[in-house]
Amino acid sequence: MFYIRVTVRDALNQAMDEELERDERVFLLGEEVAQYDGAYKVSRGLWKKYGDKRIIDTPITEMGFAGIAVGAAMAGLRPICEFMTFNFSMQAIDQVINSAAKTYYMSAGRQSVPIVFRGPNGASAGVAAQHSQCFAAWYGHCPGLKVVSPWSAEDARGLLKSAIRDDNPVVFLENELMYGVPFEMSEESQSKDFLIPIGKAKIERQGNHITVVSHSRMVSLCLDAAAVLAKEGIECEVINMRTIRPLDAEAIETSVMKTNHLITVEGGWPQFGVGGEILARIMEGPAFNYLDAPAVRVTGVDIPMPYAKILEDNSVPQIKDIIFSVKKTLNA
Amino acid sequence: MRKMLTIISNVLRGSASRNGAELVSEKCDLHKLEEGPPLQAVLTREEGLQYYRTMQTIRRMELKADQLYKQKIIRGFCHLYDGQEACAVGIETGINLSDHLITAYRAHGYTLTRGGTVREIMAELTGRRGGIAKGKGGSMHMYTKHFYGGNGIVGAQVPLGAGVALACKYLGNNEICVCLYGDGAANQGQIFETYNMASLWKLPCIFICENNKYGMGTSVERAAASTDYYKRGDFIPGLRLDGMDVLCVREATKFAAEHCRSGKGPILMELQTYRYHGHSMSDPGVSYRTREEIQEVRSKSDPISMLKDRMLSNNMASVEELKEIDVEVRKEIEDAAQFATTDPEPPLDDLCNHIFYNDPPMEVRGTNPWTKLKSVS
Repeated sequence: MFYIRVTVRDALNQAMDEELERDERVFLLGEEVAQYDGAYKVSRGLWKKYGDKRIIDTPITEMGFAGIAVGAAMAGLRPICEFMTFNFSMQAIDQVINSAAKTYYMSAGRQSVPIVFRGPNGASAGVAAQHSQCFAAWYGHCPGLKVVSPWSAEDARGLLKSAIRDDNPVVFLENELMYGVPFEMSEESQSKDFLIPIGKAKIERQGNHITVVSHSRMVSLCLDAAAVLAKEGIECEVINMRTIRPLDAEAIETSVMKTNHLITVEGGWPQFGVGGEILARIMEGPAFNYLDAPAVRVTGVDIPMPYAKILEDNSVPQIKDIIFSVKKTLNA
Repeated sequence: MRKMLTIISNVLRGSASRNGAELVSEKCDLHKLEEGPPLQAVLTREEGLQYYRTMQTIRRMELKADQLYKQKIIRGFCHLYDGQEACAVGIETGINLSDHLITAYRAHGYTLTRGGTVREIMAELTGRRGGIAKGKGGSMHMYTKHFYGGNGIVGAQVPLGAGVALACKYLGNNEICVCLYGDGAANQGQIFETYNMASLWKLPCIFICENNKYGMGTSVERAAASTDYYKRGDFIPGLRLDGMDVLCVREATKFAAEHCRSGKGPILMELQTYRYHGHSMSDPGVSYRTREEIQEVRSKSDPISMLKDRMLSNNMASVEELKEIDVEVRKEIEDAAQFATTDPEPPLDDLCNHIFYNDPPMEVRGTNPWTKLKSVS
């Protein structure tokens, strides 16, 4: 088997490069995406290759440029609209929801909106409260949107390509702390038409004792926790959601019906969050009768993100929190 | 340009003057423009009759909607356009159907001028399956080819319109986008963000402010520190004109379209107009303005009367001819209203459709966990 090591950043970069090459209607706009090579260097080299027409630096006006991106999508182009972080998408959220997500329905199928909104989401390191919010639950709430949350480099590549080729509005939630993390990628995944379907979760690690469901960076922590637990004979089945909406409830249910235990792990706040949705679905579906203990959520602490390192570290789930929750659930 | 118009009009005068007339209008107020639209324009008989018919159709359609709303056959929001007909009709005659247009929620007139039929507009208002959006959009969400609604969020349509213009420039198709908003929306921040980007990137976008003097119940003086909406684009050239004069609107739109198509970037037009109805059907429209004011506009500046008087005084049509058009229009509206009140509502099967485009069928959760509904593209 042939593997190469690719960082998440490079996987995103390559995916965009290939899709820009493949379809002339695809273009990228956002703050610093062109001449700065991207605030987080995700679009490095693209402006040099494709020029001003296809890689567009915008002024710091999210509501305006998100609206412009949506209008361009309505008129036949395929924009990738970058938010420097999803915290800034709040300025533009009306365009994402009311202009993009709802339009195909309101027009009874006359007007489609093939757009991707992408950028880093959730906690970073030391960027404090206004720059650390996770938007998976807010966007995941809305019909008309697809919401994707990749973890690995392979996820990033395959899901971004799928998102760009999708004829509908896709919110693509990256993670800044994952950008520099390298992953082994198969030869197959290097194909220009390598796509990962939106809406399908992946079992990253098989196990029989408990189902651990997560998305984005937290998947790494779940796998680390699983490795520690394995030494004590506890085998976790770690599911990488890959997509927030539509949620692959079937994959989770199938796993729970095998393991009889469930915890969810996310970086976002607990109330009305991704974990809350998963637990509700399990309650309502066939897997409930297979639970030997209540399903629980491991989440970020219900506070705005503090700055000091010791406080920040204790504001998001740590490996020990996952291990603790697994053991509590199994001993219930 | 002016010379050519005079020559044409002399030729026309020479032959039967029923074929057309040269009409003179007042100079527009200009902002950062050396020259404005021509002061003289030729109106042919065919054009005059067509504009008359279309404006009358909009007028009668809106009045019928008023009736149906009061009978509770139309529900929810209904923002009527009567009084402003010269804007929609004049703009459309200044551009091509292959150009693009987007507006806010007072959109029934534009849905018509952009290719919708009275039948499908009215059936959309009554929420029937024959509606232009199959009953799923309602008054504020009607779409046709190159017409992007119908938008409910004040001001949001302006960046969208600039995005459409960006696509025109990107694709190099020589098309432009007309992007409308009202005096109320004119103070929205996202509009200024859009002015900036449209100007920076020279987008072929005509921004048009339909100034009907009131944003809901707030008069322009109470909402805007500067009511010179045609100047609010600052670095964007602008013109202000009488939006009740369909010919003025046409000539200004042609002028603006030429400006955009020649690659000069965006331009801003302010049309001074008036709405007879209140903001919407739930607003009687007299708590913040006087009945005398409304009556004065009706008697002195009604766009349809103005066109009619011009055509009659220039011998371009007879009273009987115009009456005949009125009768035809009335019939069309009656037929459409009949359809709109008898067409069935959308089937419940359609409830969850049109979530995603080009996707395989999917399941949508109903109101309870046991109800799983089907959704197709």
